[in-house]
Amino acid sequence: MEKSSSLSENINAFFAEIGELTYFAGRYFREAVSPPFEFREFLRQCYYMGNKSLLLVGVTGFILGLVFTLQTRPTLLEFGAVAWMPSMISISIVREIGPVMIALICAGRIGSGIGAELGSMRVTEQIDAMEVSGTNPFKFLVVTRIMATTLMLPILVILGDFIALFGSALIENIKGEVSFLLYFNEVFEALEFSDFFPATIKTFFFGFAIGLVGCFKGYNSKKGTAGVGKASNSAVVFTSMLLFIIDFIAVFVTDIFY
Amino acid sequence: MSLIFFIEKMDAQQNSSTNKKGNPVIEIKNLYKSFGELKVLNGFNLQLFEGENLVLMGKSGSGKSVMIKCLIGLIEPDSGSIEILGKDISKLNQKEMDELKAEIGFLFQGSALYDSMTVRENLEFPMRRHQNKIDIKNADALVMEALESVGLAKAIDLMPEELSGGMQRRIALARALILKPKIIFYDEPTTGLDPITAKEIILLMENIQEKYKTSSLIITHDVDCARVVSNRMILLLNGVDYVEGTFEELQASKDPKVQAFFK
Repeated sequence: MEKSSSLSENINAFFAEIGELTYFAGRYFREAVSPPFEFREFLRQCYYMGNKSLLLVGVTGFILGLVFTLQTRPTLLEFGAVAWMPSMISISIVREIGPVMIALICAGRIGSGIGAELGSMRVTEQIDAMEVSGTNPFKFLVVTRIMATTLMLPILVILGDFIALFGSALIENIKGEVSFLLYFNEVFEALEFSDFFPATIKTFFFGFAIGLVGCFKGYNSKKGTAGVGKASNSAVVFTSMLLFIIDFIAVFVTDIFY
Repeated sequence: MSLIFFIEKMDAQQNSSTNKKGNPVIEIKNLYKSFGELKVLNGFNLQLFEGENLVLMGKSGSGKSVMIKCLIGLIEPDSGSIEILGKDISKLNQKEMDELKAEIGFLFQGSALYDSMTVRENLEFPMRRHQNKIDIKNADALVMEALESVGLAKAIDLMPEELSGGMQRRIALARALILKPKIIFYDEPTTGLDPITAKEIILLMENIQEKYKTSSLIITHDVDCARVVSNRMILLLNGVDYVEGTFEELQASKDPKVQAFFK
């Protein structure tokens, strides 16, 4: 009896949170289109999220390309299909692995950062101080961050994809004596608009989800330092789950149109 | 700011007349606020007069913070009216409310400095929001003036994390002053500070009132602070009952509920 009541409470809490998140997203769209616009803060956030994530995305992408190629090579060799390596790797990375892996990395770095930052601003009354000084904190803190993640994530993914392909090309160059020029010729021959376009579109949604959930958790965090930790942690967990749901929908929709 | 100077100021304050009342800058009438079943404010009334330092004391949960948050629009009251500088805040639109906020400074209990900004940026932040009131071209001079008034001009390019608790409180006070407000709200200005730093903050509050002729509403548990800065005091007993008078009058009260604050 107790277990079922606890389960129903959890389900209620989950749907209540989904409702609050939807309301929060609605407020974002309302505030995003009404002046004044906080361009300065938006640019600062773009710099912070983009520039400061470059190294992490670069290293992750490079290792992803290396490992993926190293793991795949023996199997392709066995079937005498190693010539397919550039096309196989590029399609896998550009369509699926690159966007999802880099979005997950960014959910950990950017999403948790936003959750912790806004949570600690809430706890230390900085958000109240902003409101008192005649600033709309939602517009200044939330709108700018969601816009920045939505814009920066596709750029980071494109960059990460390229670095992953470079890592793959490096392995092929060392192990298979394939030149970089030949490798990238094969890559660009294999890739089509239908591989690149839907994958890039979905990264805008990934970026939006990372910003939205991070801001939602941080902005609404409860008082106390434990609330900040919880906001940061649940931002990552919730965003990761949401990324896979968005990815599933994106693949499903792409499958219908392409 | 020696202790002797502090005591002299204290005596001067005690001897000053407390009956000089100008025009009310804040008028709260029949303010009600409940959270579910819990009635926090139940018909609360308050007047703050021009140039006056009004201290509001009360035990935790008596509704002080809720009242002050209602005043600056962070919490919407259930009913009642709040007039600030002659304007009923419930009838103001967002733009008008933002303009009114330029006339109000707020010192938060934990200072609430923006920790991603330097001291200079913290002070410039309210100015950028109210460029119709302040000429942003004079930002540097105004920042320096505010910092000098709290004795921390050298901290201008430091980050909040590099400052001690007392310094943060003083910078927060400078930020509250930057727009030259007519009213300042102090939320527990001396809480969490050592006695010496607390006395420095109390003196600063006194100096600011003299220099800028502000009206101040001060929420505090600190009896020393109340003794020095108050022209008038309100003891909030439970959001419903409250008593009002000068520090001396309340201290002399025979009511055990009032006496409990001074023991």
